[in-house]
Amino acid sequence: MENQPTHSDESVLARLSSVTHHYGSILALDELDLEVRQGEVLGVLGPNGAGKTTAINLLLGNLRVQQGSVSVFGQDPGAMQVRERRGAMLQVSGISGNLTVRENIELFSSYYPAPLAVAKLLSTAGIEDLSERRFGKLSGGQKQRVMFALALASDPELLFLDEPTTGLDVDARHRLWDEIRTLEVTAVLSTHNLAEVDALADRVIVIHHGQRIADGTPSEIKSHVAGRLVRCVTSTLPDEITQFPGVIQAKVRGRHLEVQTTLPEDLVRDLLARDEDLVDLTVEAVDLESAFLSLTKESP
Amino acid sequence: MTVNRRIRVYLLEAHYQFIDVLREPLFSISVLAFPLVFYLFFGVILNFGGTSMPMQTYMLATYGVFGILGPALFNFGVGLATERDTGMLLLKQTTPMPVGAYFSAKVTTALIFGATVVSALFLIAAYAAGVALFRWQWFALAGVLLAGVVPFCTLGLAIGAWVKGRSAVAIVNLIFLPMSMLSGLWIPIYVFSDFMQNMALVLPAYHHAQLALKVIGMDSGQPILLHVIVLVGQTFIFLIVAALGFRRVGGFSIRKS
Repeated sequence: MENQPTHSDESVLARLSSVTHHYGSILALDELDLEVRQGEVLGVLGPNGAGKTTAINLLLGNLRVQQGSVSVFGQDPGAMQVRERRGAMLQVSGISGNLTVRENIELFSSYYPAPLAVAKLLSTAGIEDLSERRFGKLSGGQKQRVMFALALASDPELLFLDEPTTGLDVDARHRLWDEIRTLEVTAVLSTHNLAEVDALADRVIVIHHGQRIADGTPSEIKSHVAGRLVRCVTSTLPDEITQFPGVIQAKVRGRHLEVQTTLPEDLVRDLLARDEDLVDLTVEAVDLESAFLSLTKESP
Repeated sequence: MTVNRRIRVYLLEAHYQFIDVLREPLFSISVLAFPLVFYLFFGVILNFGGTSMPMQTYMLATYGVFGILGPALFNFGVGLATERDTGMLLLKQTTPMPVGAYFSAKVTTALIFGATVVSALFLIAAYAAGVALFRWQWFALAGVLLAGVVPFCTLGLAIGAWVKGRSAVAIVNLIFLPMSMLSGLWIPIYVFSDFMQNMALVLPAYHHAQLALKVIGMDSGQPILLHVIVLVGQTFIFLIVAALGFRRVGGFSIRKS
């Protein structure tokens, strides 16, 4: 029996069905199901090594399917008609560094039957002023915007963004987010950055060890974990309070004890009573990152 | 993909790969200038041959081979390894670009650089070194030299399919320079000991040089068929080695270090 809501085939642009993938003896994907629906930005969230890039490369036809099935636009992901209708921004460090931005874009545009105009691509990616610069001379953020322009060259119906802002500084990241947000295109966005799915995705699946562990809107993912995050520097150890009422998880991060709890006031009173040298106490709302960490928490 | 669009992709890919390489000063200088400077120096200025074996004519053929070998090995070996490691090949693989366009652009680039070197060598030979050949010999020599792009590109392909981008330059040089030396491209093969001359029989550049020397009547006297068979056989071996290399890493995938 299908326990996920089913969607008619017209509204599903891409699908992984019970896909299992190994690299040698390493299990990268474990019976993963994934659907990309028309018009949505699907966030694929997970820590490094969770299988996000493997899933994307299967959807792109860059990897041979070992077990399960993969379809894009109802066809084989490597089919020519599929290649012509999609775009991809991969974790790729470079294209021809000796060619200018315009030359690189012109070359990639030539691969597609109905490409967007080079001028339109330059303006969408915000790189008009870089068009005559050599790609190799650009900064990391500028390079990523060029890669973004290349991903849009086909005027895609489906866009794959694999860790698009990894390695970028905050300014460059926000600029690229702004550019992605202006698009009206179905997209798959893989990232380990929770703020990124919060900013861009309509729906999120969380994968860990190649399995889907959650599926929902960014706010539903957040609501998986209620409560507050209490942080402080104290001699109290996590083990001493894991059994305390309301505590969801407790751990040490750096100098701080971090406790996620539904009863923060009770916990704070108790912590202060246990250790009068306690300092640097903060109580925060649980952000997506904390929700995510608890979802991917290893079973003991 | 329509025929017109396919032709356009092949042309643009070749055009931009050529520009890309041309803008790499180290590549242009080393593959263009070295054969010309060496030929001028060893073949023309330091002419140590006797009258029976005019060195400037002999070395026109062997430095011609050297001039074809360099761009083919570097453009394929280093270019392919680097472009795979940066992920550019993987990115192109996700587009509708025909794989043939990428490889034919590499061959075309090697051919243009090789033809440039050969033309310049011919000009130096005819106007500065006083090399006198029959007209058919000029054409036949140019044809034989340019045909060397095929085995040498497949050798470059085999190297590029196996090595990492970072080590590609060193590995190509480790093959390029000793093979040039041992094939008699710099110093005539007949001054080597018999043992060294026998060793040279395994080197594709030796057989290619012998074919080029055959045009001007200065080869070691082995049959043409022997050289052709060895070169064709090695071309197939290089293709198989390259295919195994691609299979090992799964097509154009980035090889993680």
